[in-house]
Amino acid sequence: MALQTPQKTETTAIPFYRDERVLQIAAQIISAVLIFILLYWAVVNFLRAAEARNMTLSFGFLKEAAGFPISNPPIEYDPSMSFARAFLVGLANTLIVSGAGVVTATILGTLIALARLSSNWLMSRIALAFIEFHRNIPLLVLLFIWYFVVFSFVPPIKDSLVWPGPIFINKRGIYLSWPRLTETGPVFLIALGIGIVVAIAAFSILRKKRQETGKKTYFMPVSIGLVVISFVVGWFLAGGSPFWIDTPSLKGFNFQGGMRLTPEFAGMYLSLSLYTAAFIAEVVRGGIQAVSKGQIEAARALGLNQFQVVSLVVMPQALRIIIPPMISQYLNLTKNSSLALAIGFQEVFAVGKIAINQAGRAVPVFALIMATYLSLSLLTSFILNIYNRRIQFVVR
Amino acid sequence: MASSELEQEEIRPPQPPGFLQWIRENLFSSIFNSVLTVVLLPVVVFIIYQVLVWVLFQANWKAVTQFPLLYTVGQYPRDQLWRVGFIFSGMILMLGISWGRWGGLLRSITLAAGGLLLVVAILPVQHAELTLNMRLYLVSNIALALVGYLIGKKIPIKSYLIFAAWFLIPIIGVILLAGFESSTLIPPVQTTQWGGLLVTFLLAAGGIVLSFPLGVALAFGRRSSLPVVSAFSTVFIEVIRGVPLVTILFMFSIILALFLPAESRIDRLVRALMAVTVFSAAYSAENVRGGLQSVPLGQIEAAKALGMSNFKTTIFIVLPQALRAVLPAIVGQFISLFKDTTLVVIIGINDFLGIGRSIINSDPEFVQLRTEVYLFMALVYWIFSYLMSLASRRIESAMGVESNL
Repeated sequence: MALQTPQKTETTAIPFYRDERVLQIAAQIISAVLIFILLYWAVVNFLRAAEARNMTLSFGFLKEAAGFPISNPPIEYDPSMSFARAFLVGLANTLIVSGAGVVTATILGTLIALARLSSNWLMSRIALAFIEFHRNIPLLVLLFIWYFVVFSFVPPIKDSLVWPGPIFINKRGIYLSWPRLTETGPVFLIALGIGIVVAIAAFSILRKKRQETGKKTYFMPVSIGLVVISFVVGWFLAGGSPFWIDTPSLKGFNFQGGMRLTPEFAGMYLSLSLYTAAFIAEVVRGGIQAVSKGQIEAARALGLNQFQVVSLVVMPQALRIIIPPMISQYLNLTKNSSLALAIGFQEVFAVGKIAINQAGRAVPVFALIMATYLSLSLLTSFILNIYNRRIQFVVR
Repeated sequence: MASSELEQEEIRPPQPPGFLQWIRENLFSSIFNSVLTVVLLPVVVFIIYQVLVWVLFQANWKAVTQFPLLYTVGQYPRDQLWRVGFIFSGMILMLGISWGRWGGLLRSITLAAGGLLLVVAILPVQHAELTLNMRLYLVSNIALALVGYLIGKKIPIKSYLIFAAWFLIPIIGVILLAGFESSTLIPPVQTTQWGGLLVTFLLAAGGIVLSFPLGVALAFGRRSSLPVVSAFSTVFIEVIRGVPLVTILFMFSIILALFLPAESRIDRLVRALMAVTVFSAAYSAENVRGGLQSVPLGQIEAAKALGMSNFKTTIFIVLPQALRAVLPAIVGQFISLFKDTTLVVIIGINDFLGIGRSIINSDPEFVQLRTEVYLFMALVYWIFSYLMSLASRRIESAMGVESNL
């Protein structure tokens, strides 16, 4: 083709520098080479720096003794245990504070969204004030206000605040009464677990039957009944005492027993929950408002009661809009839990930072921290995306 | 069309409800609502009353009012303050010009800023840092805003010139603030001496100006048909979005140096700015990508049919429509970038929050006043983010884009 004499017809050969395929390949090669050179340059620099500063790239230190204490570890830990163990403690702390935060923020956010949509002007304004306050100040400032200001006005141990529960609040933290399993406790848990599984199965089978045949199958009462029955049966199998309540009590200068939440945990948990709740409230409100009024009116015209309108018509449609931004709020919350570093709550990042300060481990520790957060993010969005796909419209 | 017919038929808009009717409809529309109102109203009144009493009579604002310069510029040498003042005046002038050009929210912002300056300038108190010169400077800025307003009103300046000037201010500002080694007029000032609102604004403005183009580039990169480019952009975006900003700040402040030649030293503040920029760019990229996906293929085909090149199609057809569609998300990202700048405190940079903390920790007396200081910080951050979200809502309604939230 290229050998043909150029003619003024459509067979005219395109010069190679204008041929899109050639340009594509050229651009491909050039970009690949550029990226490779950049990476190579960085690696060479790093190896030189590593040699000069006697740094390590290996993860061998994970087995060495960590040597630093972690206050109130959720899993057993002392400084003589390995660094890997310390890192696990940090991970557990991250998971606990994010998990608790996600649950609280979701409930609180939904309530605030409902308050915002209330027909009562005052209620709606209060919700708006909450949302606008929390959305427009940095999380770190909110965290400092809770930790350094609010918690600093908490009384010392001797004059603990006592809330019903009993819950004791003092400078050392919040002490909750906590149910703990007795020896026969696992029997109860197993019975209850079986009951819940059966109840879920019964629920989905009976509901499917109801949707297919239109006959009343009482799926709601049946499944709740199954759970209650398994609860009662398990209670008797366990000899009537599957739990005992571990109540904190003042012994000497300190509280013993119960569940202790450190002020650091409480500050982080509260500020994360409140901050994210404001964002979730806006997401939920947007989702509910996006359901067209005609849908609600049509449902009413069909004779559905208020509960049915909300649970069968409004919520399924609103959830489709709510879930995707909700996923990103959950991910933000998990990532924001790393701010706990600023007040000394020892989660993944804070534990990692201590290890970084011990000479020569910066790069592997950093890789570990990043891998942890990345896998947390990917895992969360993976699970929630499966759920999201299930509730989206099925296009027939 | 006889206009007299229309005049006879008086079509009035529905009258706004009277006060009592409004109360009945909004506070006592049902029994439940009435009970709610009766319960909530005293609580709200009590809380507002308590807060007012505390703010006006009980709180000690000494730790806030004693160091206005520390809060605004940090440790910046006091004999070099004119540089900060110069940039501030430049911004006031531009604000005035923009007000004259566009009006709207800019008018409110300029008037509010002018009012604040006036109040500070004529405060009837003795204050070591509020000298006569300072007061005169503050008042002269109000005049400058008015001059700017007249310029913007009378002289038809092209909009893009005003945008360009706004973009240039942070760049010129940084050069002026940093100074030159060889210059006696503007000697160098180490960034360790910069602080306060100055650093917060620099990080936010710098982050916005730098991260946006990078984000657009990454968005195009991710959609590119070249596998190498698209894979690189995708990995970059997903990794940055998957980890917290704190991680990235530490990466730039600790790890980055290891991957650069040993002799190169990057300034601490610049590293923080790089971290904030990269972080924000990854999020902007996803927003822009959403916008790019929303542009109908027909637009691109039409542009090609008109004989536009790829480059022209992208710049004049695709990008404007894409950005317009995701403007609310982009502004939302800028607001969170502004709030995220507080995280530099963790790597030891004295931004506004950092200065507040150092003031609290500098004196046992101020430790007792931390409530006032932290609430003041919250208020300042709140005002600026709220203004930004207000501005974004105005732009949205002006451009006819709907926000998702």
